[in-house]
Amino acid sequence: MTPTISYQKPTARGYYGQFGGAFVPEMLYPNVEELRTQYLEIMAEPDFQIEMQALLRDYVGRPTPLFEAKRLSAKYNTRIFLKREDLCHTGAHKINNTVGQILLAKRLGKTRIIAETGAGQHGVATATVCALMGLPCVVYMGAVDIERQAPNVARMRLLGAEVRRAESGSQTLKDATNEAIRDWIANPVDTHYIIGSVVGPHPYPDLVARLQAVISEEMRKQLLEKTGSELPDFVVACVGGGSNAAGAFYHFLDEPSVRLIAVEAAGHGINSGHSAATSVLGTPGIIHGSRTLLMQDEHGQITEPYSLSAGLDYPGIGPLHAYLGEVGRSEFIAITDDDALAAVSECSRLEGIIPALETAHALAALGQLGAGPDDIVVVNLSGRGDKDLDTYLKNMDKLI
Amino acid sequence: MNRIANAFASKTNLLNTYFTAGYPSLHDTIPLAKALVEAGADILEIGMPFSDPLADGPVIQGSSSVALANGMSIPVLFEQLQGLRAAVPETPVFLMGYLNPVMQFGVEEFCRQAAAVGVDGVILPDLPLAEYEEFYLETFKKHGLKAVFLITPQTSADRIRHLDSLSDAFLYLVSGPGTTGGTTQPDAVTQAQYFERIAALKLRNPRLIGFGIADKAGFDAACQHAEGAIIGSALIRALEDVDDAPAAAGRFVRGIKQA
Repeated sequence: MTPTISYQKPTARGYYGQFGGAFVPEMLYPNVEELRTQYLEIMAEPDFQIEMQALLRDYVGRPTPLFEAKRLSAKYNTRIFLKREDLCHTGAHKINNTVGQILLAKRLGKTRIIAETGAGQHGVATATVCALMGLPCVVYMGAVDIERQAPNVARMRLLGAEVRRAESGSQTLKDATNEAIRDWIANPVDTHYIIGSVVGPHPYPDLVARLQAVISEEMRKQLLEKTGSELPDFVVACVGGGSNAAGAFYHFLDEPSVRLIAVEAAGHGINSGHSAATSVLGTPGIIHGSRTLLMQDEHGQITEPYSLSAGLDYPGIGPLHAYLGEVGRSEFIAITDDDALAAVSECSRLEGIIPALETAHALAALGQLGAGPDDIVVVNLSGRGDKDLDTYLKNMDKLI
Repeated sequence: MNRIANAFASKTNLLNTYFTAGYPSLHDTIPLAKALVEAGADILEIGMPFSDPLADGPVIQGSSSVALANGMSIPVLFEQLQGLRAAVPETPVFLMGYLNPVMQFGVEEFCRQAAAVGVDGVILPDLPLAEYEEFYLETFKKHGLKAVFLITPQTSADRIRHLDSLSDAFLYLVSGPGTTGGTTQPDAVTQAQYFERIAALKLRNPRLIGFGIADKAGFDAACQHAEGAIIGSALIRALEDVDDAPAAAGRFVRGIKQA
């Protein structure tokens, strides 16, 4: 299982094994090509790096702490660390990506920003950097998500972004992404599309993974300081599209001793017909310009996923994750709504940290790892639970 | 001479009409094809509905949802198309859709069945050129199916020449930025410059202009810059809430083609 080439790098056409690529209509070809031919070069420029590092430190608040969760550790009889991405400005890891992409957009000469959002965290992170840089921002959000994530809608509007409702399909993240792509087709010259996850046509999966890789870069340094080794035994992260997991896994991908655990949303249960467990229910196909695993019917129509969490109900996963699962480099675990809610309660009461509902799926997997007392487990605490208070209040019976 | 070459050799100002298979009702496909051709349509594009049609605006998204709810699928469509050539013997017919349903059906089998029912070509907007050349071109050729490529105002001259060299049907000139049925057309001067720039390349293939062409005035204007034009969303709108969809389709085409 030792890779001859790095798991980190897709091929020139953006493939991780059979997954990836750029399946875009001709109308998007110049936009995607402009990005593909320039992103690596721009990101390698010293002034880009200096500006990004300064913003990550002074604006986002990086490095985020790596916190040893002693009471959770005692409960699961292993050594658990929480990577506190919830302490990033705007409350989740999403801003690591938007800071990098807005700097990229400026260097590409773009004057307008669009984004899609599910739970609203990526929308808020995009609206935030647009306010910071003085660029107009349009965020597409499914009508259903607008209802269940009202505080984030208010935050985006307060930040000066225009939130547009996606009314088609299931009116959630998939449909918001469709609408953002259509906007980009209609505005091919002046607009940059900040995708929020490691999905979409090449180079987005690689671009977003690189911008989120700061998470695992910091983890290695912090683990060395706290445990004497850069390498943990497990890294655990939730996966919708998979951006926080990609960031948490990135600098461990080529370290075969580190087990990488990707936690999906099982919704009401994997086989309940109301689930978002793409690694189990998905088959190879094309969604949003990428060949990956996706939930579809026998005729190739994309089906509607379900999760109580608005950030995990995406019918696909990033092509990197599809590949890592296929070759056995990562392992998937699926967690139901109810188990995630129980984990919200547990983390809140044992550690004084109220996690986002998405993140709670990763925490709920702790009991299934088989980690021993000498093992070191890092959970990527990707976001905080403030945005989910409404959902938590409605499910108080499952939380207590 | 094949049906496509024949149509372009024998006619001018060709009208290509797009409609979604299975809309407004499941079994309208063949009656609509027949009615459109009888009223004067020169080429047909039959849409294979997809749940997530990225290049399409609200009208075709809507007709696709209805068609899927009606039970349309590629196997059902091929069954209906058994009657295609009895209904429209000479008219070039293209299937238009998105790659994923074709991929799930199986590309080789798709091409075999399409050719068997008398389809002339395929338009898959999200099939990238590089993928087509590497994995699809041989299969298309083997079954005698022609691929149609889209060109936009942003497509470079080199790429247009390359697309032209790979095509044996027509080039689909997207009129301006936006999805199908768009109402935000660029100004007439910008658009004319774009069409003239393409004309000056002296391409092998005829050109048809599509996206946002909705009526006779739009059709006539497009015909000044190309061999003809494609109308989709406006036709589908004309089929909404009518008792007799083929009759409505015929009226729509006569409205475009009348002298």
